[in-house]
Amino acid sequence: MATQSETVSVRRAPGSRPAIGRLVNGERLWRALIWTLLLVGACVMLLPFLWLVTSSLKTELEVFQYPPKWIPNPPQFQNYIDAWTTKPLRHPGFGIYLKNTFFIVILNEIGILGSTSLCAYALARIDFPGKNFWFGIVLSTMMLPAVVLMIPTFVLYSRMGWVNTFLPLTVPHFFAASGGGAFFIFLLRQFFLSLPEELADAARVDGCSEFGIYRRIMLPLAKPALATVAVFTFIWTWNDYMGPLLYLAKDPNKWTVALGLAMFRTFMWQRTRWDLLMAASTMMIIPIIVIFFLAQRYFIQGIVVSGLKG
Amino acid sequence: MGRLRARQPALHGRGRQRRQDVSVQTRWLGRLWPRTAKGRRTVTGYLFMLPFILGFLLWFLAPALVAAWLAFFDWNMIQDPTFIGLGNFRHIFRDTLFLQSLKATTYYTLGSVPVSLVLAFLFALLLNTKVRGMAIFRTIYYLPSIVPAVANAVLWNFVFSTEFGLVNALLRALGLPKVPWLQDPEWAMPALIIMSLWGLGYTVVIYLAGLQGIPEVLYEAAEVDGAGRWAKLRHVTIPLMSPVIFFNLIMGIIGSFQVFTAGYLITAGGPQNSTLFYVLYTYRTGIQYFNMGYAAVLAWILFFIILGLTLLVFRYVGRLVYYEAL
Repeated sequence: MATQSETVSVRRAPGSRPAIGRLVNGERLWRALIWTLLLVGACVMLLPFLWLVTSSLKTELEVFQYPPKWIPNPPQFQNYIDAWTTKPLRHPGFGIYLKNTFFIVILNEIGILGSTSLCAYALARIDFPGKNFWFGIVLSTMMLPAVVLMIPTFVLYSRMGWVNTFLPLTVPHFFAASGGGAFFIFLLRQFFLSLPEELADAARVDGCSEFGIYRRIMLPLAKPALATVAVFTFIWTWNDYMGPLLYLAKDPNKWTVALGLAMFRTFMWQRTRWDLLMAASTMMIIPIIVIFFLAQRYFIQGIVVSGLKG
Repeated sequence: MGRLRARQPALHGRGRQRRQDVSVQTRWLGRLWPRTAKGRRTVTGYLFMLPFILGFLLWFLAPALVAAWLAFFDWNMIQDPTFIGLGNFRHIFRDTLFLQSLKATTYYTLGSVPVSLVLAFLFALLLNTKVRGMAIFRTIYYLPSIVPAVANAVLWNFVFSTEFGLVNALLRALGLPKVPWLQDPEWAMPALIIMSLWGLGYTVVIYLAGLQGIPEVLYEAAEVDGAGRWAKLRHVTIPLMSPVIFFNLIMGIIGSFQVFTAGYLITAGGPQNSTLFYVLYTYRTGIQYFNMGYAAVLAWILFFIILGLTLLVFRYVGRLVYYEAL
């Protein structure tokens, strides 16, 4: 970036020599090139989104037109209402799916924030024998691909009669045993390690218990890291397809939005209504995009930590 | 849970100061509570760790043991499991679908991981410059990677539709023939690979974090030595980014060997099993055909494949990684 300041100073000098003039032009050309490449890439990235949204606003006939219309006229906002209210084959529809998803999300947030922060606090702040061993275990569970445990976990849940209940999708979160549990423990541990020990010492002198220090001092300070955990938990629970497919597929009243959307297409055995499917997909993506814009900072932070641990 | 655990240390603190005040019902807790500081730290530590330890035992160790046990049995979840020794392992060598799923997954990995690794690196380099509108560009590149897998599958199913899909419309506009993307065994996998590239924003963000961690001083020093853009990229950026590239390579391999939703929802493994991903085959064997023993063996094999690949990559690519002597 040293070249940047150079350019600025050169630009201010009116009678600049031809050699430096070429440098300015080179720098400008370079920037224009970067900008063009970024723009082309951005268009490619945005195109499927645009396609999704325009298709969701088309009539059933317009969907099949060539060349494709990019601005449907008039836009069929009715598609969104239709997609929301369609209840094929007496299935309960997206209202119920949304309610189920939020129920699971709320339980998972409570479970994962509690369990991972407790564990992370112990690993960062309490000096107990076997600490390094357990930290090793945390890291090793992160390495194990989730798929390996899919079959035996399914067997165990069916033996316990947990299939077709919300239990398999929620209870593991209370024991930090969900997909991202180990990663969250790692993330929170790093954060707790960065907080000053003096605060805890002061509280200890005042007779505060270890749990009190965790609850009243450390948790409030760890809000940014907890927000990262909360955001990722929301996104992963909202997006999760395999879990609901394994454990809720047989009972439509318990379907999540992801499962409902996947099944939505299979109802259309006569003809696929792409306009409605695109409207339903857009509705599923919107909350994720909203969350992303509200919590962008926490998001990027989480990914950065996951990348830096490697 | 939390409240219950909270009570014990609190009780203890009170018990030490005003022992007489402790009620009879709670005194036994005070006796259990260790006297030495080290003992107290041990008990507190393990109480805090309790949720994770239980979770580890019940959701990792127990299923792993069950999977190891299942591998030697033939079981359809209805009748009693029958011990068949190494029968499940022997079956692998006669199973053409196993080979096909391995081939499909390898094809997908070879097609998507290297391309996304390079493309994401280029994007990250572009996104690390200081030009106007950078925040918007970064958001646009990242957004596709958080689109829910199901919505992604529905969308791309439509994008690749032969008659009225976006990709064929673009090809037609360029005067090229239509491609039966999802109907042709030759084209189905390339279609899924293209789709996976759309979600490379996650990799871009990890690269970006790495790029921003490179000290500016190094570039300045390189400039003093007369290094141009290419030389700075070649001798400063790439060596310093090699651990991050390596991390993304390993995560890419691990991730692509576990792809499921794309194959399940878009192509259902077809046409002609050309997109029968390994995890999809495991899912079918276990959850749809209730062949639990064999599915457990398939899962174990996947574990060892991923482990083996990771070790291989560490062995042969890891030595190219430049670790700063800082």
